[in-house]
Parts: sequence; structure tokens; C-alpha cells
Amino acid sequence: MTARNILLRGLIAGFVAGIFAFLVAHQVGEPHVEKAIALEEAGAADEAAPAEHSHEEGGSGHSHSDGEEAHEHEEAAGGHSHGGGETEVSRDNQRTWGLLTGTLVVGTALGGIIALVSAAAIGRIGRLRPATSTALVTAIGFVSFALMPWFKYPAAPPAVGSGDTIGERTVDYFVFLAISVLAAVAATLLARRMHTQVSAYASVVIGAGAYLLIVVLAAIVMPTVNELGDFPADTLWYFRLSSLFTLATMWGVIGVILTGLVGRLDTAETAVAQRRELAASL
Amino acid sequence: MSQVSASAPDVEVPSIPLAQIAPWAVFFGLIAMLALFFVSTDQGATSLISGTAIHEWVHDGRHLLGYPCH
Repeated sequence: MTARNILLRGLIAGFVAGIFAFLVAHQVGEPHVEKAIALEEAGAADEAAPAEHSHEEGGSGHSHSDGEEAHEHEEAAGGHSHGGGETEVSRDNQRTWGLLTGTLVVGTALGGIIALVSAAAIGRIGRLRPATSTALVTAIGFVSFALMPWFKYPAAPPAVGSGDTIGERTVDYFVFLAISVLAAVAATLLARRMHTQVSAYASVVIGAGAYLLIVVLAAIVMPTVNELGDFPADTLWYFRLSSLFTLATMWGVIGVILTGLVGRLDTAETAVAQRRELAASL
Repeated sequence: MSQVSASAPDVEVPSIPLAQIAPWAVFFGLIAMLALFFVSTDQGATSLISGTAIHEWVHDGRHLLGYPCH
């Protein structure tokens, strides 16, 4: 078992997970994105019809030849809209090829990262077999990298979230993400160290408890985002739920495929080692 | 969780030397960070490449994968 072997399997698992995440996002999530964009456009038409109009003239003419100017126009108009004449990418492309690009890139990147962390964890967490270590790494990764950030800063549909606060919201999101992931790594190392002194059960409880304590404290201390206005609660809820389904699909498929592939690799290598041992004993 | 699988009773699972993983981790880690940045953040809160093409292209993925977006 080598880092290269496992990374390769992680990239494959991540790519396949990207396809599955796309299917779920497209089937479950897109209807709510469309609804949110319809609300956003209805709101924009009411509020700033003149500004929207001049923006459209400026944007559509130069969008390809001068991207920077188009960008400034958008900021001048106070946030951008979707699907109108001024966007460079049509809604049809955004909800199919654009979405697929996003899930494939994120899936492959996550698959590779999970594989390399698993490669480091194999043989270092008690006596867990390589496949079990891989599954554990993916599960901890899902909780710390996707689930906890989703609880604290859940996905916002189009039309929710002001362009003026995107900077703060992005910083908050990634600071919380970093705290959560670092706490998960620290808690895992703590549990591993405790395992030499107390039972496996006790060390897992201590590790999980330490992680929860840090993350819950961080979630209480860090600022709350509330920019909903009068956005309908049911659309928001179903959008956020579909976002969670997308993330769960991504991580679940990576976990299932990578664990399976690492298990097969382990079985094959164990068989070779046993044969070699047998041959040496003759 | 701590039981040993039947196929390999009481065998220490060999670990991969961290020195062997490190170059892969550094190289792939940088690429993965950059890839995640382009999908999650570029041309939103901050911009490495000017324009809005990347933002518009991955727009739905950014929303549905839970990253902050306008």
C-alpha cells in the first residue's frame, strides 16, 4: 500500500461521487434554485428597474471582450442577477454543465484529500484494518467539513444574502470550517493517545466530546447571519435540505467507493504477504 | 470498532511512512485547495481572475454545495 495507490483510488471515488452529487443536486436542488431566482428577479424588477436596465446595456456589449468592466458594472448595480441578458452563462448551462463542473471538481479534490488523509491514518488508528480506517476518516471528514459548517452557516439560495456582506460571510464560513476541521484532527489524535491508557470506548467518547465542545463553543461565539428578509420559509428549508442531500451524497459515495477499493487492495496485499510467509517457512 | 478482522488475526497493520506521503500531500493539497477555491470563492468575496465567467459557470454548484454566495 502506497500513497500513490490510495490517492489514485481517491480520485476515482471522488470523480464518481461528483457525478452522483450532480444527479442529486440537479434533481432535488435545482427546482428550489429556480424558485429562488424567480423570486429574486420579481424583487429586482420591482425595486430597481432603471438601474437594471442600464446595467444590461453595459454588460451585454462588453461581457466577453472586457470582463473587468462587466464586473464593475455588476458591483455598481448592487449585486448581480441570474438568467437575464447581462449574464454570460445561460441558466440552462448553469444548472447542467456548470453544476456538473462544480460537483466534479469538488468531488475529485475531496476524494484526493480524503485518500491522502486515509493513507496517513492506515495502521495508525489502533488495529483498525485499512478499509475501516478509511471509512472512519471519511465519516469524521463529513461531520467536520460538511455537516457542522452546514449547521452553523447553511447554504443560502439565490436572492438570499447581500452582495455587501459576501466578504464577511465568506471569512466567517471558512474560519468556522477551519476550526471544525482542526478540532476534528486534534480530537482524533487525542482519542488515539487516550487509547493507550483507557478503553477504546472511553477514548472515542473523550475524543468526540472534545470535538463537540470546541465546535459548539465556536458556533455560539461566531456571528450569526440573518439576511432572509421576507424570503419564503418553505423554499429556504427545501433548498437547504437539498444542499445537505448533495453534500451527503458526495461524501457518502466517496466513502463507499474508496473504502471498497482500499479493502480490495488490502485483501490482495495480505494474500501476497501470506503466500510469501508460507514460502519462506517451507 | 476494535475487533480484529477474521482474515488477519492479531496482525499489526503496516502504516505508510509519513515521509512517503508528504510530497503527495503537499503537491496534491495545493492543487486541491486551488480547485476548491475556484469553485467556492473566486470572483465572489475575492478574485484571483477578474471577470465573472467562473462565478457564473459554477454558480449553481456554489449555492448547492453550501458555499457563501452573494
